[in-house]
Amino acid sequence: MKGSATRIMMRRVAGAAIALLLSVPLFAFQPSAGQESFKAVPIDQIPPTEQLPAAPLLIAAYAFAWIAVFFYVWTVWRRLNKVETEMRALERRQSHRGEGAPGVNRTSLP
Amino acid sequence: MKKLFVPLTIVTAALFAYAPVAIAGAPYESTMLLVQKIFYFHVPSWMGMYSAIAVCGGASAVHLFKNRPAADRLAVSAAELAVMFGAIGLVTGPLWGRKAWGVWWSWDVRTDMAFLMWLVFVAYLLVRTYGGPGSDKLAAAMGLFGTAVSPFVYVSVNIWRTVHPLNTVVPELIGGSMPGAGLPFAVSSFAFLLLFALLLALRVNLASRQAVLDELYLAEEDGAA
Repeated sequence: MKGSATRIMMRRVAGAAIALLLSVPLFAFQPSAGQESFKAVPIDQIPPTEQLPAAPLLIAAYAFAWIAVFFYVWTVWRRLNKVETEMRALERRQSHRGEGAPGVNRTSLP
Repeated sequence: MKKLFVPLTIVTAALFAYAPVAIAGAPYESTMLLVQKIFYFHVPSWMGMYSAIAVCGGASAVHLFKNRPAADRLAVSAAELAVMFGAIGLVTGPLWGRKAWGVWWSWDVRTDMAFLMWLVFVAYLLVRTYGGPGSDKLAAAMGLFGTAVSPFVYVSVNIWRTVHPLNTVVPELIGGSMPGAGLPFAVSSFAFLLLFALLLALRVNLASRQAVLDELYLAEEDGAA
């Protein structure tokens, strides 16, 4: 129960990792740039309309970095909240038990 | 660390707020132009990953040979951060490469080895999550293995010359090979390293609370028995 959030997260990470690994052959079989039927053109001769714009790649890189950090902080915060909730529930259970029949010796708890 | 956490968070936030301004003011590299600015987050993310790997390796060794639960908590926290910072490096690299090299992934020795090293730490976390009892020791050995691999990944680019820039590009940059690029790089690097320290403290705190909770559950089971 206590590690279920971690397990769900790890399952998602494992799923993503497996998907990434399975996609490796697709990249591996990409045609090479030096095929005989094509002719290379120096980059400075490519018209501006045909050039790959850099800005979207730059924005995507910075956006991904921020999303990754915020996502990680969110997962830690969520796990911390869950642990604190469980601790409070456990303490309530123990205090109820302490009022009735002798149960857990609370002084021995950390 | 508790007293330092808030001031360091403010400093880190200020550095990250200033970083885009500094990066926007940095000069354009002569051949790659705008896309080269990915460098200012790409390299610091690897610095974060290498820091995490060093901490994970050291803590894993302590846990493996001296059986210290606190070291284990530090190791698993650092391993998570290694995966997180590594993911940033592995995504920002191909975005840069798509423009600079013309392909998302060039099967360069450095990038392949970095990906494999990242997978070692993903495996570490999988072992920790699904390995069951005793997985902490197995994972500690994996952490040590991943750490042992990391220097080879670092020097790989100098041994097998491929399209990836050499490691010397960073000292050259700091040394003034591209005037005006040193400051944004220093700001980003410092921000990422501080972020690593803060996230590590946060994650270790979570691991400590989980350990306390586990002890509470065990105490309850003992009391019920």
